[in-house]
Amino acid sequence: MTVIEQVTRRAQARRVTPRAPSTRQRWTRRLPLLPALIYMIVITQIPFIVTLWYSLQNWNLTSNARAKFTGLSNYGSVFTNANYRSSLLVSVEMTAVAVIVSMVLAVALALLLNQKVLGRGVARTLLITPFLIMPVASALLWKTTMLDPTYGLVNWLLSPFGVHHVAWLSTHPLGSIIIVLIWRWTPFMTLIVLAGLQGQPLDVLEAARVDGAGAFVIFRRMIFPHLRPYIELGTLLGSIYIVNTFDEVYSMTQGGPGTSTTNMPYYLYEQAFQAYNIGGAAALGVVTVIIVMIIATFALRLIASVFRFEEAVG
Amino acid sequence: MAIRASRRWQAASVLALAAIGAAACGGGAGGGGGGGGSSSKTVTVAVVANPDITQMEQLISNFEKQNPGIKVKFDTLPENQERSEIQKDISTNGGLYDVVMISNYETPIWAKNGWLDNLSTKFINSDSSYDVSDLLPPIANSLSYNGGLYSVPFYGESSMLYYRTSMLKAAGITLPQHPTWAQVAAAAAKLNKPGKVAGICLRGENGWGENLATLDTVINTYGGSWYNTSWQPQLTSPATESAVNFYVNLVKKDGEPGAANDGFTELLTLYEQNKCAMWYDSTVAAGSISAVPSVFKDTSYAFAPTEKTPASGWLYTWSLGIPKDSANQANAWKFVSWATSKPYLQLVGQKLGWAQVPPGSRTSTYTNPNYAKAASAFASVTEQSINSVNQAKATVPKVPYVGIQFVDIPQFEDLGTSVSNQIAGAIAGSESVSQALQASQQDAVPVGQAQK
Amino acid sequence: MTASALTRPRPRPRGASRKAKTWSARVAWFVLVWVAAIAFFLPVLWMILTAFKPETAAYSYPPKWTFSPTLSEFRSVFSRGIAPFLENSLFATLVSTLLVLVLALPAAYALSIKPVGKWRDSLFFFISTKMLPIVAAIVPIYIVARDVHLLDNVYALVLLYAAMNLPIAVWMLRSFMLEVPGEVLEAARIDGANLFRELTRVIAPIIMPGIAASALICIIFAWNEFFFAVNLTSTVAATMPVFLVGFITSEGLFWAQLSAAATVASVPIIIIGWIAQKQLVRGLSMGALK
Repeated sequence: MTVIEQVTRRAQARRVTPRAPSTRQRWTRRLPLLPALIYMIVITQIPFIVTLWYSLQNWNLTSNARAKFTGLSNYGSVFTNANYRSSLLVSVEMTAVAVIVSMVLAVALALLLNQKVLGRGVARTLLITPFLIMPVASALLWKTTMLDPTYGLVNWLLSPFGVHHVAWLSTHPLGSIIIVLIWRWTPFMTLIVLAGLQGQPLDVLEAARVDGAGAFVIFRRMIFPHLRPYIELGTLLGSIYIVNTFDEVYSMTQGGPGTSTTNMPYYLYEQAFQAYNIGGAAALGVVTVIIVMIIATFALRLIASVFRFEEAVG
Repeated sequence: MAIRASRRWQAASVLALAAIGAAACGGGAGGGGGGGGSSSKTVTVAVVANPDITQMEQLISNFEKQNPGIKVKFDTLPENQERSEIQKDISTNGGLYDVVMISNYETPIWAKNGWLDNLSTKFINSDSSYDVSDLLPPIANSLSYNGGLYSVPFYGESSMLYYRTSMLKAAGITLPQHPTWAQVAAAAAKLNKPGKVAGICLRGENGWGENLATLDTVINTYGGSWYNTSWQPQLTSPATESAVNFYVNLVKKDGEPGAANDGFTELLTLYEQNKCAMWYDSTVAAGSISAVPSVFKDTSYAFAPTEKTPASGWLYTWSLGIPKDSANQANAWKFVSWATSKPYLQLVGQKLGWAQVPPGSRTSTYTNPNYAKAASAFASVTEQSINSVNQAKATVPKVPYVGIQFVDIPQFEDLGTSVSNQIAGAIAGSESVSQALQASQQDAVPVGQAQK
Repeated sequence: MTASALTRPRPRPRGASRKAKTWSARVAWFVLVWVAAIAFFLPVLWMILTAFKPETAAYSYPPKWTFSPTLSEFRSVFSRGIAPFLENSLFATLVSTLLVLVLALPAAYALSIKPVGKWRDSLFFFISTKMLPIVAAIVPIYIVARDVHLLDNVYALVLLYAAMNLPIAVWMLRSFMLEVPGEVLEAARIDGANLFRELTRVIAPIIMPGIAASALICIIFAWNEFFFAVNLTSTVAATMPVFLVGFITSEGLFWAQLSAAATVASVPIIIIGWIAQKQLVRGLSMGALK
């Protein structure tokens, strides 16, 4: 039985509600929640309802013709649209690779930063900076000063290894964007994992070490189980933000070359602001929301342990 | 307990920092609550970020002095963003802008949609101080709809070939004033030194205003086109395909590395850094190059290379128009007429130097002795390039559309973007030219059908 | 996080060989930590260095590490009239963060201390709104903003940023409230404190680090937000990211100037983040740190 499970039991025992509350009690309990709930419903759901309405219309901003009601015809083309499918795939690849690599790096960096070394505070300070920089700014600078084939710093740093004048954004466009995403989100995840590591009692680890357990065994059997909820939390938060990546694609490649970096948000943006096809873009948006909600339901259920874990700590 | 206290201090210091920030910004930002830019004395102008505009922003105090009480506010954005902002605003009657910077692509379409003022009937005909006959004729034509001007040019451009005199001399190459693409390609092969100097720098970046602008002029002069007279797409026709193959192979073999990410901006930098032996691009680059004396002295100019047509330069102009829903029409015209006037060009020449004058808008610029002296190397090629353009007859076969480096229909922005994406893919090597063109052809079918 | 937590004493190693091993391990750790830190910081360092270069030195191969620094790029950035952008960014960031706290504190309370029946569903609703592609809704948002006269108005950004950050803040604050000892709450209730008093006098002081951390996260995301800002504002309410993209010119690339603008735009948040990094660790652990 792990420590967490023990704590969980204690917590559950504390949170037991003795008997069903009355209607009035239920409403007094709900009252503090309502402002935030209503606010979110108004701000996020009204535009969604408007989107639903637009998705049933033939409306293009490039003509002065008024919007015409066309029923479901906008939806017909969504499912035959190869570019849309490819944008979903790019999104999946971008998110999965960026999240997984960031998380692996984050665990490694957090283990490093948890060691007592000279200047650890300064090192951590430097390490978290990518998360603080304005993403539009960092994406532009990666595109120019870092990845430029002729003057970029990256090619210069790699030149001792026989790399010369590689045009990263042409030859590895998706890879380049993923690198920038990893650079930006690894610090964020490192902070989460670091918090988890610092919550682990060191005397237990030391005791294991004295008993002759190897470093790998200690990590595998003791540190990792303790970190798991933090890793899940980081993965969830990272996925939420990375799947909606727009600034990097917009500033670095504009979705190209070809459609190799057109992810789902950028494709929707193109439909709305290059084709000005408001009806079609709205239908794409509605379908995307449905897909996201389905995935989110599963994802949230999978990581429901994050919530159990929270109660445990309380 | 000591731990708690120190935490609280940290928290407090963060909040205090925030509070200081709040106090510092104080009422200023609250003024943002005032809403849209339609107050009668403020003229809100949407402009594209580029050096000629930055100059105008510097000189705006001059206008505000001449017109006391009028304030001009600029919304400066990168090209793509500016286009979509304006389109969104003007088509939904957002009313944010009193003046918009658009091009000869948007002007006729928007005029037809009834979104822009007819400047001729509304202002120019009754404003004798505005010398409209001085505008370069092809430019003025491209901004007209049914005989009226719907925007007026801030500057105009065609395309031409830049080359480094010393590099060609060293290689024993001489280029005629009107070269053919075959001559240019042969020269590029000799001049290309991988890792040091590209034989020719050409645009590969996606965007209909980027790689398609240069490529379209090649397609036109090779006898290709976007559509035939019955609006069937011609992107896989032998002529178009041979042109695209030529262009893509030239870039891949003797062009700059990483061409699929290079647009005008990147190429200008490369050229100024001695990385291009030749460069085919917009005529406006000449003004920027003149600011780098060592490169400027070593640059020669030739007309846009041709194959089957007598001339092959494109025609583009950034111009200023007034949305119909602007609540501030009279002041908007005061600003527009100032920014596109002869006196403004003189002002730039006197204050910032004659080579910095926005080119390609007025005939008088090219008869001005000061400008002729400062820009003698390229002024006549630029002027002749623009004046030799005929937007209605740029292709070998007859076509149902107007436009050289674009097709002047509302759907082109979308079609052009997706085709340019395919071309960038072919240049990057992620797909073949024929794959790229087949995908493009498919995208072009519904657009063509919508025109009938 | 406190200093004492960072320098938690370790049991002393026994024996000389153990000592040597620890010493060489320490050097290895030191090298690894610093290589990683420098690798991640390098692009930032390069941005700052480039900002102080004259434009011609920005384009050189091999890249120049030594040069005579100049402030001329910063001067030209500030000559663009940075003040209104800065004011709008500060206003939108701080007011939206305040709004988030005002809404999130009671909501977190209702999801933790006295949980409503279906607290999990409510929390899932909040989090799920973060997964919606905002791009899909930008045209409707634009039209609604036009109709309620909030186009190019900094309050539109305040409202949207608050909605953008509210789910995360509710989640974080809820986690912190779960930490509040039950006895403290009982005592307050016996004293007859109402919800407002309980929140402000009893709970808020205890979870102050959590509130600060949540506020910090909100500030970071609001300050850096680009998409709403660029689409809903023009001249009156434009914020720093919009100021920054104004330097992407279509005629000439100015790396040094771009770097200077990017540095100016990012520095406020970098400094706040550096000062409050320990709060960040706490906040991102969702209050789970003991």
